[in-house]
Amino acid sequence: MTLDLIKRGQCFKINRIDNETVRSQAIRFGIAEGEWLTCEEVVPAGPIVIRKNRQQIAMGRQLAKEISISLN
Amino acid sequence: MSHCHGCSVKIDIPEGARRIVLAGNPNAGKSVFFNYLTGMYVDVSNYPGTTLEISYGRWEKDVVVDTPGVYGISSFNDEERVARDVILTADVVINVVNAVYLERDLFLTQQIIDTGVPVLVALNMVDEATKQGIQVDHQLLSQLLGVPVIPTVAVQKQGLEEVKQQLSQARRGHTDGHLQQELDKLINRVGSRGEALLILEGDAAVAERHGLQPLDQREAIYLQRRQRVNRIVGQVLKETSKATSFANSLSRMMIKPLTGIPILLVALYAMYQIIGIFVAGTVVGITEETIMIGHYEPAVRSLVGSIISEDSILGTILIGEFGVLTMTFTYVLGLLMPLVVGFYFFLSLFEDSGYLPRLATLVDRVLTGIGLNGRAVIPLILGLGCVTMATITTRLLGSERERRIAIFLLGLAIPCSAQLGVIAGMLAAVGPAFVALYALVILAVLVVVGTLMNALLPGQSSNLLIDLPPLRFPRLNNVLTKTGIKSYQFLKEAFPLFALGALLISVFQVTGILTFLQNALAPLTVGWLGLPKEAATAFIMGVVRRDFGAAGLADMTLTPIQVVVSLTTITLFVPCIASVLVMFKERTKKEAAIMWLSTWVIAFLIGGMVAKLSQWLGVSTPFEVVSVIGAVWTLAALTILLVRFTKKTPLSDSSKSGGVA
Repeated sequence: MTLDLIKRGQCFKINRIDNETVRSQAIRFGIAEGEWLTCEEVVPAGPIVIRKNRQQIAMGRQLAKEISISLN
Repeated sequence: MSHCHGCSVKIDIPEGARRIVLAGNPNAGKSVFFNYLTGMYVDVSNYPGTTLEISYGRWEKDVVVDTPGVYGISSFNDEERVARDVILTADVVINVVNAVYLERDLFLTQQIIDTGVPVLVALNMVDEATKQGIQVDHQLLSQLLGVPVIPTVAVQKQGLEEVKQQLSQARRGHTDGHLQQELDKLINRVGSRGEALLILEGDAAVAERHGLQPLDQREAIYLQRRQRVNRIVGQVLKETSKATSFANSLSRMMIKPLTGIPILLVALYAMYQIIGIFVAGTVVGITEETIMIGHYEPAVRSLVGSIISEDSILGTILIGEFGVLTMTFTYVLGLLMPLVVGFYFFLSLFEDSGYLPRLATLVDRVLTGIGLNGRAVIPLILGLGCVTMATITTRLLGSERERRIAIFLLGLAIPCSAQLGVIAGMLAAVGPAFVALYALVILAVLVVVGTLMNALLPGQSSNLLIDLPPLRFPRLNNVLTKTGIKSYQFLKEAFPLFALGALLISVFQVTGILTFLQNALAPLTVGWLGLPKEAATAFIMGVVRRDFGAAGLADMTLTPIQVVVSLTTITLFVPCIASVLVMFKERTKKEAAIMWLSTWVIAFLIGGMVAKLSQWLGVSTPFEVVSVIGAVWTLAALTILLVRFTKKTPLSDSSKSGGVA
């Protein structure tokens, strides 16, 4: 599934980020493919907020659609 | 001493002086270090090819250079490019790291260490980390990174003296063995380890300087660096308790529309109460009426009047109605200064508390509709402070397309703080129905123009990807310092322009040009906008500074609808000289000229439209005012629907969305 379909509170693993720039920026923020993260918040029709430890990142809905994830 | 690679910022480095560079993630506290080391003595220089400003100052015989807050030096935006070039030419880097966000901040630390410059790490905000149950073993961290690490609480000056003393201990840190081998292969060809690293990381600009092709190892190096940083963090960091749940739930509430919008409204209401009512009313009453008009002006008039007659040409220019010594000082110090201080105080509160990125998340969906993403809320809000400054910060947006939209909207529909203060004061006198009319007309213009630009400009806007820093209680000390610095900058910029404006208007007045212009513009002001012909003076003043124009209107006797029409026109009307100059600097001449002319056309078109609609529909009862609002928004909705209906954007392209911002 893709990240835009996530629900608040769910844990997920990032399988693939297609956009190369996003991939590199995410690594800098502490998020890489293969890592387990938590969905902190889903803004209706808006961004998804994900969390890894204390790091929170808000990601536009369109971008979330391009990130493939799996749930545990 | 300093080794420049061709595109560095021009800073005079005396013989034998070291170039000490401060680097760190956004809001790590670099500026406090900078002020401490340089004693607030700051020179500001524009970085070539950008309008990004670099502050630098002297510390003993060395030069300290501040850099923009970045997450890495990877050319993802202008800030990073500037930070990269400054860091690459450093003799020593003081890397300020936020102890609460070690995992994120150490990525930049390791990247700087990998460039091979001597580094000293200031582990800042250790008090906040302790409060959140985070303990960092700084000695072990120092051992693992291979550079000195000094715990600090910069805002309380803790550890700063030690940073000064230990600076000579700064050294090259440890680099991953594999990366070291790769670097060794390239260093001989490039001559600089830092540049070799960036070429390996695929930095096209650095590669070009050496006539090389950028290598495509960025992701591999990043992943390896991320793993290394994670390992280090795992070893040095102990969490004794989880983050406070109150901050977490408040953070969530700020992001969700259901609770986020009321929170935003409460924040705006508090701003209105304090700036619009208390400052604009009570404080300005004292500063403008009592102090400036009551005491200052008579004193200046009698002093200057004892030497030259007030009716003479020079007398009119100095102490007349628009006098350089009277009006300039009264407007700037009595009227605008309190309002500007009030606004910057709120802005600093928002900035320091971590609210702005959450607001960006909340409004992302809405801004997507006008071709922007949530991050654009930051320049748009900054625009409420000063459009000039905000125009420069549009550089944080992800694409040229977004910058174009944001800069135009800033110039067109965002009133600056000084203007806003005068507007708030004038609107407070005409009642809520007219306030709503003004606000909704401006909003309609913003939405329609944004939607039109989004539909007509080629390409796609970038996506939101933003780091949410911890919510924290702003430190009053820090907020007041920021407010003070920004207000002082405002004064420095506003005073000469205001004096120039006053001079211009006075000259126009004594030469009769003012009356000529008022008559010449009468068809527009009287015929089309339904205003007294003297309103032309305010518009001419508005070209110099927007608030200047608004302040001119404040002196006139107008009916409520005339207040709304004139304020609408002057809000949409040309931005001030300073922001027009920045617009020309940031965009091509042709584009800036089109933007500039368009603001004039739109301002008078919309102002006149509101005047005509209110003539036809009437504005004597609140119901009639509401019907004017309804008519404006119906027209807006029709325009948007028409554009959406006729625009031909292949939907399949949406998956190829641009980068990120």
